[in-house]
Amino acid sequence: MNMKLDPVDNKLINFIQSNFPLVPEPYREIGATLGIREDEVIDRIKHLTENGVLRRLGGIFDSRKLGYAGTLCAMKVPGDRISETAAVINSFPGITHNYIREHSFNMWFTVLAPSQDKLDEIINQIKNRTGINDIMVLPAEKIFKIRVNFDLD
Amino acid sequence: MLTEKEKQIIRELQNGIPLVHRPFKILAQKLRTTEEELINKIKSLLDRGYIRRFGATVRHHDLGYPANAMVVWNVPDELAEEKGRIMAGFKEVSHCYQRPRRPGWPYNLFTVVHGRSREECVRAVKKISLATGIKKYRLLFSTIELKKSSMRYFE
Repeated sequence: MNMKLDPVDNKLINFIQSNFPLVPEPYREIGATLGIREDEVIDRIKHLTENGVLRRLGGIFDSRKLGYAGTLCAMKVPGDRISETAAVINSFPGITHNYIREHSFNMWFTVLAPSQDKLDEIINQIKNRTGINDIMVLPAEKIFKIRVNFDLD
Repeated sequence: MLTEKEKQIIRELQNGIPLVHRPFKILAQKLRTTEEELINKIKSLLDRGYIRRFGATVRHHDLGYPANAMVVWNVPDELAEEKGRIMAGFKEVSHCYQRPRRPGWPYNLFTVVHGRSREECVRAVKKISLATGIKKYRLLFSTIELKKSSMRYFE
């Protein structure tokens, strides 16, 4: 971590993850709740964002509800082809996550697309452009949990 | 169903909201609507489940939780529902899904487990195994993050 967080930062981060006020003056209201001034709230959020602690302030959407299709994929990528393969895969805007994991299926990525057809098309393009066919498509059949909040002590 | 206006709002909200005194007023001007109307529309999108949550997203990696493992479990199909719910109850688990098995891949429940270290992840997984009685599992630690981004919808 490249930034030391003080207790006010922690409280602020916990609060604005789930209780961002939908009112005309949200930062003033956050400040009133945490006992700090509105401009301090704004400065702290700015600082936390610039330092990469916060990613974004806005809506987190339910992709299925919005009509999007998605899946997790796992691919067997030879060790010397990781970066070129990642470059091909990551160039699709619907790839939201891509990790190397410790397994012979070593590249794990998630794809979202506006329809199932578009999703299949992206996966086919990935196979064609990388020449790698060792790929498992693992769509969610049931969702038990998607945690969006991260509590700081 | 979403109206065209609501899709515009969603498009705008994924750019993030500005850090100014009246952020919704600024966005409303861009969207040619009023501040009040925009706030009400956002609340309605939340109520109807299109927006899962409104607020900040954090990088947990930078918050002192650098270790994460995808833990895959081989659970008898008829127990998947019950065990999935138990796994979801652990605070170390951020995501829990059921997915299809594949040839050579017997695992059907997928959890993502976060920790301050690998050892912490391993300890959490042992707890989960004990609580569910599921002993067939594998931890796939992530070693490199190649991409992490927010989806942009309706673009």
